[in-house]
Parts: sequence; C-alpha cells; structure tokens
Amino acid sequence: MALQLEHVTKRFGAVTAVNDVTLTIPEGNLFGFLGANGAGKTTTFRMILGLLEPTEGTITWNGEKIGYSKSHLIGYLPEERGLYPKLKVKEQLIYLGRLRGLDKAAIVKEMEAWLERFNVPEYAEKRVEELSKGNQQKIQFIAAVLHKPKLLILDEPFSGLDPVNVELLKEAVIDLKNNGTTIVFSSHRMEHVEELCEHLCIMHRGRPVVYGPLKEVKRSFGKKNIIIHADMPLDELAEFPGVVKMKRTAEGVHLQIENEDVSQKILSHIANKGFIRKFALEEPSLNDIFIEKVGAAYE
Amino acid sequence: MNKFWIVLWHTYTTKLKAKSFIITTIITSLFVFAIANIQHIIEFFTKDEKTTVAVIDTTGAFYEPLAAQLKQGKHDDLQLKKVTGPEEKAKAAVRNGKWDALLILSADDKQLPKAAYYANTIADSDTPSELEQALQQLKTAIATKKIGLKQEQIAQLYEPVPFEKVALEKNAKTEEELNQARVLVYVLLFAMYMFVLMYGGMISTEVATEKSSRVMEILVSSVPPLQQLFGKILGVALLSLTQFAILFAIGFTALKSSGQELWNFLGFDHLSVSTFVYAIIFFLLGYFLYATLFAVLGSLVSRVEDVQPMITPVMIIVVAAFMIAMFGLNAPESSFITGASFIPFFTPMIMFLRVGLLPVPFWEVALSLVLLVATIGLLAFFGSKVYRGGVLMYGKAGSLKDVKKAVQLTKK
Repeated sequence: MALQLEHVTKRFGAVTAVNDVTLTIPEGNLFGFLGANGAGKTTTFRMILGLLEPTEGTITWNGEKIGYSKSHLIGYLPEERGLYPKLKVKEQLIYLGRLRGLDKAAIVKEMEAWLERFNVPEYAEKRVEELSKGNQQKIQFIAAVLHKPKLLILDEPFSGLDPVNVELLKEAVIDLKNNGTTIVFSSHRMEHVEELCEHLCIMHRGRPVVYGPLKEVKRSFGKKNIIIHADMPLDELAEFPGVVKMKRTAEGVHLQIENEDVSQKILSHIANKGFIRKFALEEPSLNDIFIEKVGAAYE
Repeated sequence: MNKFWIVLWHTYTTKLKAKSFIITTIITSLFVFAIANIQHIIEFFTKDEKTTVAVIDTTGAFYEPLAAQLKQGKHDDLQLKKVTGPEEKAKAAVRNGKWDALLILSADDKQLPKAAYYANTIADSDTPSELEQALQQLKTAIATKKIGLKQEQIAQLYEPVPFEKVALEKNAKTEEELNQARVLVYVLLFAMYMFVLMYGGMISTEVATEKSSRVMEILVSSVPPLQQLFGKILGVALLSLTQFAILFAIGFTALKSSGQELWNFLGFDHLSVSTFVYAIIFFLLGYFLYATLFAVLGSLVSRVEDVQPMITPVMIIVVAAFMIAMFGLNAPESSFITGASFIPFFTPMIMFLRVGLLPVPFWEVALSLVLLVATIGLLAFFGSKVYRGGVLMYGKAGSLKDVKKAVQLTKK
C-alpha cells in the first residue's frame, strides 16, 4: 500500500528531466519534495498523475497504474495557480468537484465546511477575480481536497501566502494526513518541509540526491552545527580542525562541524578563554543539507 | 462518459448565462426582426417622401405624354410639375430646395425628344433613370409612329421572345424552384459561414482562457482530453443551436406575419425537407470539423491574445470555402465545384450547395459524408493528442511548429 516509483526516467528529446528515480511513499505519509527550479519536481508530479508518460520505469499506486479511472481518489494542487476568473467560487467548486466524481450536495456541504475553516464563508458567492491571490489559493486548495482524496499532490502549496494563511493551510495539511491521506508536496521553504514531513527527497537535476526519513537524513548527514555566544573573539575557530564553515553573528559565531566529537574539543578549547553565554550543539538544518547536496545557495 | 456530460453541460450553461451571449442574441434577434420587416421599415421612411421634378418643356409637345407614361409605370413617389420661365430661375429654385430636380425637355433635329436633368446632387439614381426610361418609351412611340407602324405592330415588336428553360433530368428543379433554392442556399451558406467563424473562434478562445487561467492543469488531471475536447465542442454546438433556434423562430414568425414578400422570395413555401435535413447535417459536421481544429489550435497558445494569429489560417480556409460556394451558386455543375465538394474542408458548404441546387446522385453525397466524418475522426484522434500535450505547454506565442512539440509531450 504505497505510491511506488521504480526507475522512472523522463526525457524530452535530448533533455532528461527526471533520471532514474526510485521512491516509495508509504500510505498515510507526508512526503516532501525539494529541489531547485528545473530539478524535475513538477515533471515527476505530472507523471504520478498520469499527465505525462514516463520514458522508462513504472509508477504505481497500491500496485496499480494511476489513470483517469482513479481521478476521484487523487487531489492535485498545481504549481501554477488558476481558476476560472469569471465564475463564482461555488460554481467553480461544483464543476471541479463533479469532475472528481462528487455530487452537488456533497460538494456544497464540504465547501461550506472548508470556507468556514478558512474564515471566509462569504466567498461562496464571489467571483474568483474579486479575491486576492492568497484567497484564490485557499479556494484552489479546497478544490484539490474537496473530494477527500486518498493521494494528495501539492505543488508549492505555501508560496505566495502570508504567515497567518500559511499556518491555516499547514494545519489543514496535517489534519488531512491524520485522516489517512497520503500527501506529496514540494516546497521552496526548507522550514516547511522540516516541520511537516516525515519523509523527504531532494531532487537535483532530475535525480534524488537525498532520500529517506527526515531523522535519518539528518543523522546520516553527520555534520552538526554549534552556536556559540561569547564575549571574546572567536575568529581563530575557523581554522580549528574539524570545522567546516564559520559564520559570524552579532553575538558570536555559528559553526558547522564534521561530527559531534569536534564539539567537545572546541568546548574545551574555548572554556578558559572567556565568558561563554551559550554553547549549543544542534542537528543540521535541512537548509544545510540542501546547500551541501545541491551545491548552491537556494532561494 | 459521465464526465463528458459534466463538461458539456458546464460549457453550455456558463456560456448561456454569460452576458455577452445574451446581448449578442438580443442584438442579432433585433437584426433578424428588422430584416424580416425591411419592407415595412423602408415604406415607413419613404412614405411621405415624394420627389418633385420641375419640367420645362421647350417644345410643348412632350410633357403630357411623358406624364401619362410615368403614371402608367405606377411611379407614385415621382411628381412632375410643369413650369415655364427662364431656365436660370428654375435652377435657382432647385438649389433652394423648392423642387428636387429640373428636367428640360427639348427636341433634336429629327423632332425626337431629348432631355437634360439638373439636381443638386445626382446621388439619387432612381429618379433620373425612371425619367429616362419613360422618355425612352416616349421616343420609341414617336419614332415608330413617324415610320408609320401601327400600334399593334409596335406591340408585336416589343413582345418578349418566349424562352422556356426545361430541365430534362427527372429530379432537376424547375427554373422557379432553382431561383428560390439559390436564395435559400445562399442564406443557409451564409448562416453556416457566420456560425463556424463565430463559434469556432469561441472554442479557441475558451481553450486558451482555460490555459491562461491555468485551470487547465486541474482539468486534464481529472478528465481525459478526448472527453474534455468533445464535451466542450458539443457544449458550444448546443449553444449555437440554441441561438440558431431562437433566431430562426424569430425570423420565421416575423416573416410569416409581416414579411410575406420576403417569405416568398426566400421560397420557404417550397422548402424541401431534404434540403433542410441536409442543411442541418452539413452544418453540424462542418461545425465539428472546424471546431475540432479550432480547439486544438487554441490548446497550443498560452495567452488569449495569441489565439487570433494561430487560427487565422483556418479562418482563411473557411473564407475560401465560402468564396467557392458563392462562385458555385451560379455554376453548380462546373467540375471545379464537383471536385471541391469532395474535399472535406469544403464539403459542408459546397456539397450542400450542390444538393440544394442539383439532383446529386446519392452515392456522391454519401461518399463526401464518409470522407468528412473520417476526417473529423482523424482530426479528433490526432487533435486529442496535440490537445493533451498542448495544454501542458507554456511559452512564448505559439506557432504551428508547436504541434510537433505537443505530440512529443504525450509520448514516452
């Protein structure tokens, strides 16, 4: 019971957009897809949805190919947001919901519940073009989840939302997951993936360079971070054996170290040099991993 | 199949409720109503409009017979007024608007009438030509009298030659039928032409709008492209038939009640059922053919503004078909028309023209229909592939080269 990608490759002429991707996304999982623009995320999503045919490899959902006969089980929020600008929210959702196999009464009931949840019940009778971009996004999110899909694919769900709405949407995503929906989503924002995902995959030039449960990914990365707040100069630590990177901050330095052991050596090295207000050993952030793996600053 | 109906119904109802559709229908209805009542309208405006022409007869012999001649011709709106006096004064009176025109009658060296016509402008060609005609008859009468012909001899001379046209083929239409059929075929051809252009363009725009508003990606992920494509095409077809039915009902009632002359002119009384059935068949098939093309082309562009250049080549084909049909109205038997009637893109108009005017063997009609349906099938099959890839393609203004790219997208 899972979404399974086996040796999936997609070529557009001479360009290889997705290169030999093998992934298993367990049922009920919240799976994060990371990658720079052009890394192959949207192409992968389109292949999962059956909009594009993989050049090689197979994609199955619970052992079966995903086709139009399963479209009532699948929800999709495309990266490029779009609704009919001239239609009222209600008409819009009824149309899209019926295309996913729902009847009108069920759609209206679900729609009202969701609009209520997003604090915008009055939008039902408004035309989409009258709504702000963020609010259009909420409507589109509702369109993707209205029919209670088993598999939900969210391409950049949080982009362009203000922090309050990001929280609203995050909670909704978590609730859906708790109700058993398998969710695959991509994001630009590392902290969202870090906060929400159990499993993740970092795509780089069509290949998954990091793949696995979040905790394992962090552990296997090996490198850790140290945060030091102290009064004395700490510049010399840049040369300390085992220190990979150093960044000065207002109150001290941030270090990236090769492994945990290095932290103890640094602590004993600076212990007598002056007053230390803070010395913390931290797990690497996803951002660190991303930059390391993809090899370029992102966003 | 269920989703096909959802798309069809959605396309139909949203378009039906659209303000633009309602307004267009009202305006066109008014237009149709006006055309049907055109005689009443013209009469209403020209009822009190009489043209008064002042006549100076320098010979004193032509005025009376000319007036009598005009009276015979039932020219109620043309009044002659005999004046005497200097030419300049009369011309001045025309300039002031006292009279509409001045006619000076004189005799030439053979004592036959000749005339000069003065008006502020000579834009009105009816009045002088009526006068000229009357004068011509007068001249003929005087001239023949001079030669010494008797009245009945003159009548004999001018009696038209009996010239009857008889079609030998059994089903061929009689002269009268043919004239009426020609008018009716013309009207139906024109309706076909207008509807294909209007609704075909609407489909392209509709697809491009869905693409530019990016709602397309959700649609293609839930409805198979073929169902989506045909749901849309049939939805718009239903819309066009609705509009057509409204216009037809209005035109029909208006003609029946108050446009009897136009009614006869259009030959509705002689409208054969087969012509009407053929009109509907060719109209629908022609629509499907072009609508499929328009929808596929619409799927290739990313913005509504790019639709026009994309569909222009197809528009030109439609215009060409119409032009050929216009030529064919007067020469429906030419081999050029016969040939064109088998080319699927021209069949809807040209074959309809032929069956409307000629007794076309059934196998020819059947063959052209088979070719047409096969072409539609082929276009639909190929089109749904292009459509499927095209709707995922975004980029700069599309061109026909994108067809290849779009098909590639749907491949492995």
